[in-house]
Amino acid sequence: MKEEIVIAGFGGQGVLSMGKILAYAALMNDLEVTWMPSYGPEQRGGTANVTVIISDEAISSPIVDTYDTAVILNQQSLNKFENHIKPGGTLIYDPYGIHHYPSRTDINIVKVNAMDATIELGNAKGYNMILLGALLKLKPIVSLDDVLRGLKKALPERHHHLIPANEQAILKGMSLV
Amino acid sequence: MELDQIINPANKVYSRPALLNDNTMHYCPGCSHGVVHKIIAECIEELGLQENAIGVAPVGCAVFAYNYIDIDWAEAAHGRAPALATAIRRLNPEKLVFTYQGDGDLAAIGTAETIHAANRGENITIVFINNAIYGMTGGQMAPTTLEGQKTATTPYGRRPDLNGYPLAISPLLAQLDGTCFVTRQAVHTAAAVRKAKAAIKKAFKNSIDGKGTSVVEIVATCSSGWKMTPDNANKWMEKFMFEKYPLGDIKDSAK
Amino acid sequence: MNEDIRLMKGNEAIAHAAVRYGIDGYFGYPITPQSEVLETLEALMPWETTGMVVLQAESEISSINMVYGGAATGKAVMTSSSSPGVSLMQEGISYLAASELPALIINVMRGGPGLGTIHPSQSDYFQATKGGGHGDYRLIVLAPSSVQEMADFVGLGMDLSFKYRTPAMILADGVIGQMMEKVVLPEQRPRRSQDEIRRQCPWALTGKTPNRQRNVVTSLELDSALMEKNNERFQRTYKEIEANEVRFQAYDTDDADYIIVAFGSMARICQKAVEEARNAGVKIGILRPITLWPFPYKAIEDVAKHAKGILVAELNAGQMIEDVRLAVHDSIPVEHFGRMGGIVPNPAEVLNAFTDKFGVKFNFTND
Repeated sequence: MKEEIVIAGFGGQGVLSMGKILAYAALMNDLEVTWMPSYGPEQRGGTANVTVIISDEAISSPIVDTYDTAVILNQQSLNKFENHIKPGGTLIYDPYGIHHYPSRTDINIVKVNAMDATIELGNAKGYNMILLGALLKLKPIVSLDDVLRGLKKALPERHHHLIPANEQAILKGMSLV
Repeated sequence: MELDQIINPANKVYSRPALLNDNTMHYCPGCSHGVVHKIIAECIEELGLQENAIGVAPVGCAVFAYNYIDIDWAEAAHGRAPALATAIRRLNPEKLVFTYQGDGDLAAIGTAETIHAANRGENITIVFINNAIYGMTGGQMAPTTLEGQKTATTPYGRRPDLNGYPLAISPLLAQLDGTCFVTRQAVHTAAAVRKAKAAIKKAFKNSIDGKGTSVVEIVATCSSGWKMTPDNANKWMEKFMFEKYPLGDIKDSAK
Repeated sequence: MNEDIRLMKGNEAIAHAAVRYGIDGYFGYPITPQSEVLETLEALMPWETTGMVVLQAESEISSINMVYGGAATGKAVMTSSSSPGVSLMQEGISYLAASELPALIINVMRGGPGLGTIHPSQSDYFQATKGGGHGDYRLIVLAPSSVQEMADFVGLGMDLSFKYRTPAMILADGVIGQMMEKVVLPEQRPRRSQDEIRRQCPWALTGKTPNRQRNVVTSLELDSALMEKNNERFQRTYKEIEANEVRFQAYDTDDADYIIVAFGSMARICQKAVEEARNAGVKIGILRPITLWPFPYKAIEDVAKHAKGILVAELNAGQMIEDVRLAVHDSIPVEHFGRMGGIVPNPAEVLNAFTDKFGVKFNFTND
């Protein structure tokens, strides 16, 4: 098993931390993982992306050109990554703010109204977790349990009280697809 | 009186400090470095810190300070002595750590290291020899060179419009919260030497006691660089240097 | 799951490994993409546990000179920076080498020249392996290609540095510094005691006791005859290091028709390219120098005997290729593939380079 994932959007949307939580969940599941961010000033409002590779074998390059799955949160990222999804791969995107919709026919395109769901939940910080839920429903690389254990490992103890809200958001995301 | 009566140890009132070794000093006649070396050696000895003292030598005439005082020494790159001393003292908090720096080393190329070590309040002593000239490289302008003073690079005298102003760095260091003791001394008379020695001893005690950074500036002569006889150099120093760099304690918050 | 396995960035791994190794002091200055080293150390507060000193200096110039001061007292000290900061350190590195002081310097390279970019690069290869500062000296240069190696090379670099009394450098890049991977940290070791330092480092400034001469740590020797002797001693040390400390890793080189020579993050990217090439029926292998100095000339000469060509892949305009060409003596063609300015290529670009430079065709099947 090997899953090459890119998560891309605006800085501040939780792109890097969503990737981190996925990486931690893989770690809890004894899988190999690499997490490679675009780093630098992009983190402050520009576009940010992170490549997460999860595999049951040692991972060579942390940088790839084509992805099994892309989670796309803004137009620039859609423009940038749509053509880098492997044929038969999956594109998950939030239509909020998207004007030019994806057009490929050889990939599985899944629209997730994560922004609407976030407002519905009343938890602005749950946005990326809703998308993570959708991803995990479509690509069960790691289980919800792995994610929750990963969150426990990744978050400092003083933030552990936030885990139930995150779980709720993930479940919400799962219900959307 | 017979000779052996005269050299009777009971009559001895002065001896060379044991820490000052037999190496012949390379300093010019009339230079202040030798005297300052001697009082540093005396202070270390009198405080019983021979086995716990680490000196940091500069680049400049005192680059060979390590040849004369019989303790462990590091020789720093130009201007970086306070950075070395910072790490040496932090990693060896039981040690007396001091730098010995000239005006070019401390107040030109090493200004950043000096100010930041002092601002962090590193528990070190900075002995600063200010003779208003670059001695070792042949008498060029120093940051502390006086207005109108002739040097190899200000052959018609230092002009503020061309060369900037003389830098009085000790009062600047005194403003920093990290310094506990900043003083300006000289070694041109026996009385001055006694005062300078008391200042260095106090600074060393501060360093051992962890009170912050102590700075002892010694306003000094460079008869070779100034192209004067030692005697005239002293007179010139008293007349011109003391005006710009007056002697006395600038800050003493470690009482 | 093994509880000792952590997920962290290469930069964070360096910080954790430094504490675990029992490093006495770290002195550094923030610069992207390595600031997490200092940040992580400050967060770990090792002064409360091992007694390690951590200090944010006022500049890289000051950092390296603090390292010099600490090393002079026999302590295990280190600094980290990225390319422009490491340029500022070159004077101090030259002094460390000349004063025969052990120290560990980490360069998480970014694209230059000048202020350049904050993105990954390997364009400081020449600076690290050929001198960098003034004078005839060498650094032991280790090139990690994983987060695990970032952690492991802290101890290896420090050990080698003390063994030969010469500074060592970890030459990483923004990819290895910023990526997260699994890492197993070394066991916590105690810092060396003052007695151990006095025993192991009789040259160190530990305070002059009556039973020894004073120790002076200096790089100055105005007597040219003696300075030449010093240089001869340095060169003997370098010869010894060249004889004993060459490290490299070969992947799939035994049956390879073509060899890629790449280090650090580029070797990882090339590994993926090799997997793809072999799926497409082309036998490529990789020789990854782990020590960039001493360079594995012999190993490259050996693999070249059975290969049709070598591609040197680097994140620069062609630096390590000069050493690879020295190794193969023109026996087979040696070509270069490089990206610059912070651009990191993907594995497909590496294979395209094989087609461009050697006319190699790949029969990719759609999987």
